[in-house]
Amino acid sequence: MAKTALQFRHNGSDVAIFVDGGTNLLVALRELIGDMTPKFGCGQGGCGTCSVLIDGELHLSCLTLAETVAGRSVETLDSLKQGPNLHPLQRAFADNFAAQCGYCTPGMLMAAKALLDRNPSPSRAEVVEAISGNICRCTGYEPIINAILAASGGRASA
Amino acid sequence: MTVTVKTFTSSSEAAAALSSDRNARYLGGGTLVMRALNEGDISLSTVVRANDQALMRIDPSGPRITLGAGVTFARILGERDLSFLHAPARSIGGPAVRNMGTVGGNLFAPNPYGDFTVALLALDATVALQGGFGSRDIPIEEFLQSRDRQAGTLVLSVSCTRPTSAEAFRYRKIARIKPKGGSVITLAAHLPISGGRIAGARIALGSMAPTQIRARAAERALEGRALDAATVAAAASAAAEGTSPSDSALGSAWYRREIVGVHLRRLLLGQE
Repeated sequence: MAKTALQFRHNGSDVAIFVDGGTNLLVALRELIGDMTPKFGCGQGGCGTCSVLIDGELHLSCLTLAETVAGRSVETLDSLKQGPNLHPLQRAFADNFAAQCGYCTPGMLMAAKALLDRNPSPSRAEVVEAISGNICRCTGYEPIINAILAASGGRASA
Repeated sequence: MTVTVKTFTSSSEAAAALSSDRNARYLGGGTLVMRALNEGDISLSTVVRANDQALMRIDPSGPRITLGAGVTFARILGERDLSFLHAPARSIGGPAVRNMGTVGGNLFAPNPYGDFTVALLALDATVALQGGFGSRDIPIEEFLQSRDRQAGTLVLSVSCTRPTSAEAFRYRKIARIKPKGGSVITLAAHLPISGGRIAGARIALGSMAPTQIRARAAERALEGRALDAATVAAAASAAAEGTSPSDSALGSAWYRREIVGVHLRRLLLGQE
């Protein structure tokens, strides 16, 4: 089966890869580009741990046909790193004990980034809505909500 | 698994490709087709796409509004003129799914999904289809009844009635997980009032049959009457008539039949 040439921006850098027909963006990112920060959870769109930003909009990479991002900008959790420093959202997650097993954390952080990018001071209800597509099977939602509120400068109430 | 991806610039070319290949599926937002691919669905060998801007069009003016098949739920939520569709659009998925999922794809979403289609069914929607032999408009009920045979046709757009007032259209999705969860049942009611009486009642139900259906007995109980307690009680007691729900992890068929009247009553009375 023929492979398709695909070029897009990955965390600010141009990348060019060849994908098999039907390859999803998550596989392309992890196996062809080597960015292991988006995780594979359910493959069905139910868990959110593969969440990435495409042109600034939150998408599920496991349900995105890789070739549909041609010429577009894809940001993963890896884009949050700032040299040796953590991104304010990552710092807030650490300070608020918002990561238990950590498997949902990449998706939670990207969903939180998508929220704060367009709404810098969200209400608690807006934070809950923003992460409603992301499942934490440790069920540690309260610390995650508090961390996002803390990162936004809001008050992390119990 | 490797499939052939065919991308076209016009919807008519995509429709032709779709109608000529039984194992082809149209890729909209990806939430159904990519999921099938991820699960290794071997019935799927070709994925057809179209980058036709006509599929992204929204016409929110007039008594009937039109949504291109490729319009996402996030875009509907951004349209102030479509506020009557905000509740059904918001009830779907989380933000990522709403950025991806489309109006056209929702028509094909099996239980416990397809909530937006419940709203469209109550709003007397018409589906514009493009097949191998031209395009045609069919009522959404007819489309849903023949949905399994529609795989070779491309949905171009959906038109539906704009309710004359916010009161005239009501929608509710019953889910165990809030704010996001699969539907136990979904209800939508369009109740135009003329001279103090209901004229042209349409009640649509999701997860109460293999596809979204109308609750015709409940509609008959409402038609030509004022929306008072006695009328609502009659409609609620008729709500399960003609339904054929299934058992699923979210609820049993028995449970669905038990609660549909309760939730219809609350919806019609404006109760939480």
